[in-house]
Amino acid sequence: MTGIDLQRSFIDLFSGLGIDPEVARVMWMPLPMLAVVTIATVGALAATWLERKISAAAQQRIGPEYAGPFGLAIPAADVVKLLIKQTVVPANADPLLFVLGPVIVFISVFLSFLVIPFGENLVISNVATGIFLVIAISSIAPIGLLMSGYSSNNKYSLLGGLRAAAQSISYEIPLALAALAVAMMSNGLSTVEIVEQQADLGILSWNVWRQPIGFIIFIIAALAECERIPFDLPEAEEELVAGYQTEYSGVNFMLFYGASYANLFLSALLVAILYLGGWELPFPIDKVAELLSIPETNPIWQVVAAFLGATVILLKAFAFIFLAILLRWTVPRVRIDQLLDLGWKFLLPIGLANLLLTAALKLAFPGAFGG
Amino acid sequence: MVMIETKAERMVINMGPHHPSMHGVLRLIVTLDGENIVDCEPVLGYLHRSMEKIAENRTIVQYLPYVTRWDYLATMFTEAITVNAPEKLADVPVPRRASYIRMMMLELSRIASHLLWLGTFIADIGAQTPFFYVFREREMIYDLFEAATGMRMMHNYFRIGGVAADLPYGWLDKCEDYCKYQLEKIDEYERLITNNPIFRKRVEGVGKISREDAINWGLSGPMLRASGVKWDLRKVDHYELYDELDWEVQWATEGDCLARYLVRVGEMRQSCKMILQAIKQIPGGSYENLEAQRVLAGPKSEWNSLDYQFISKKPSPTFKIPAGEHYVRVEAPKGELGIYLIGENNVFPWRWKIRPPGFINLQVLPQLVRGMKIADIMAILGSVDIIMGEVDR
Repeated sequence: MTGIDLQRSFIDLFSGLGIDPEVARVMWMPLPMLAVVTIATVGALAATWLERKISAAAQQRIGPEYAGPFGLAIPAADVVKLLIKQTVVPANADPLLFVLGPVIVFISVFLSFLVIPFGENLVISNVATGIFLVIAISSIAPIGLLMSGYSSNNKYSLLGGLRAAAQSISYEIPLALAALAVAMMSNGLSTVEIVEQQADLGILSWNVWRQPIGFIIFIIAALAECERIPFDLPEAEEELVAGYQTEYSGVNFMLFYGASYANLFLSALLVAILYLGGWELPFPIDKVAELLSIPETNPIWQVVAAFLGATVILLKAFAFIFLAILLRWTVPRVRIDQLLDLGWKFLLPIGLANLLLTAALKLAFPGAFGG
Repeated sequence: MVMIETKAERMVINMGPHHPSMHGVLRLIVTLDGENIVDCEPVLGYLHRSMEKIAENRTIVQYLPYVTRWDYLATMFTEAITVNAPEKLADVPVPRRASYIRMMMLELSRIASHLLWLGTFIADIGAQTPFFYVFREREMIYDLFEAATGMRMMHNYFRIGGVAADLPYGWLDKCEDYCKYQLEKIDEYERLITNNPIFRKRVEGVGKISREDAINWGLSGPMLRASGVKWDLRKVDHYELYDELDWEVQWATEGDCLARYLVRVGEMRQSCKMILQAIKQIPGGSYENLEAQRVLAGPKSEWNSLDYQFISKKPSPTFKIPAGEHYVRVEAPKGELGIYLIGENNVFPWRWKIRPPGFINLQVLPQLVRGMKIADIMAILGSVDIIMGEVDR
């Protein structure tokens, strides 16, 4: 294992202070959890700020300006506003399901951040089925959407919930197929392994070159999973008022809102991990270390490398978020039948063909395609 | 043979009067079978303000401030028809300069109306950004209106026999600048919208009206012209001085939402060109105050001729509408805006029947959306271009 290992350093530090290593390990445990919630929240908040600023730029406006420098405090203001607003539950709604819906959506998104690595050891749990876990957990979200749409006792909500379910089911399959092709090349489902096999040659070894079709499928399906224009049918404002969110207010609405942006951030990170080399820099950083004749175990170098890696993966993720935001404010919305046609009649066959092609290439060129 | 059929219960959904894309207070009672529309029934009257009845105890000058509230996005046309009806009945002459000013105002108003239509139409099918672009340009039209009339929307500018005031000095130059700028910006919208594949998929072949249907339903304006009828009242009725300008009727044969979009965009271009010509041809040019010119040059001056005035005679508050009845119409941005006027030699009209284009065009909506998807309601309704102010009056 190369690279920084915070857990070991932490435990070593506290055992050095005369604390039992087991106790130190328990002390360590809440920290990554706190970190993952913080990272996901901050990422989502940054995405909302970017959404406002980029949409403003596209529309020749200035956007938020007075709340903090460049309006940076506006996401915090949003959260505070939504927290202190009254939570209204419609008279004939099912109160339990109505509250449970947004909670399920929120948890399913935040749980997926468990397996997102920001560096070789900067990951909460490097489970062997990382990508599979993300896809499995994210399929729980439509249940929450359907639940809230059905329990709101509102026809717009019901239609929105049904659309959300139909859309998620149709686009999860191409998404999974695209991820599967990558997993096939990497000989593993672990997110860390997938990044590590893209490490040898810097930018040239990123999966985007070996999986261009899969990359495009994944981006389209990820946009559809995030329910953003051109695929924001479940909450299409002009048609369904706000879809499944119509009756929500206050904290419950915030859970939906936060989950949708956290989901965008998650998808962006997945794109970075699966196709853009994760935390790897465009040039192989180990070679730089060799050139500068710094030993890999040098702690300062390890901190610098980890910091660079985390920055790079965030940059890649926010590049995708930028693309998604720009798309949202440029293109119109597709119709429900066109959306399903695209999912089932175009992306699914192409995804299957891509999987087949990847398998063939893997057999033919085991060197380049991870045989 | 027994067929096992699973059929979902139909859902009746009430869209409006408060709904993001119902253009004001239109209410649609839509029967849905899943995402498909089985039936659609418009309910009107939420913005009814008795405009026709009010007219019956107001003189024309008193009534003029009300009329801009019919179609509040194409305000000049409502004023034009309000003065045209008694003018034609009483044979009041309109000076050439006044007629040119009217034409420029009408065409600017047409551009403003089509611009806002473009923004809301594209927003209805999901793209929010062009809305801000059209408002940028529409603002300039309203600045021009403000400079000439003192008001941005409810101008009260037209008078029997002319207009209320002459153009201020420099207005024509500003207007010329604006038209040239607007022509470029229309190209910009087209680059952004026309060939966007998602936009094309959403509007092409949606809401098709055949030529016969369009005529039988009494459609007018871009709705009619997009269905292959080359019918523009500016060419048909020869009112004002439109014959002195070089322009073409915009029309298409497809009859779908895309055709209506293309017709309206084409009309904006034509309107810009018409204003540019009118600026060159207006009698008297861009003088600040023709009255002063006239006084200065004495009684024999050429400035005294009717051509150079902005109004033939000041309308008196007691202007009597002669006995008689007739129907007068103009080509408003949304279609044929008409007044059926009955006078009885009184200051008040005996009957003031308004034929609003939006009301007549809206009738066709239920048969267009039947069998389509929910999202198509918005695309079709957007392409019909209604303003509830004039539909309900």
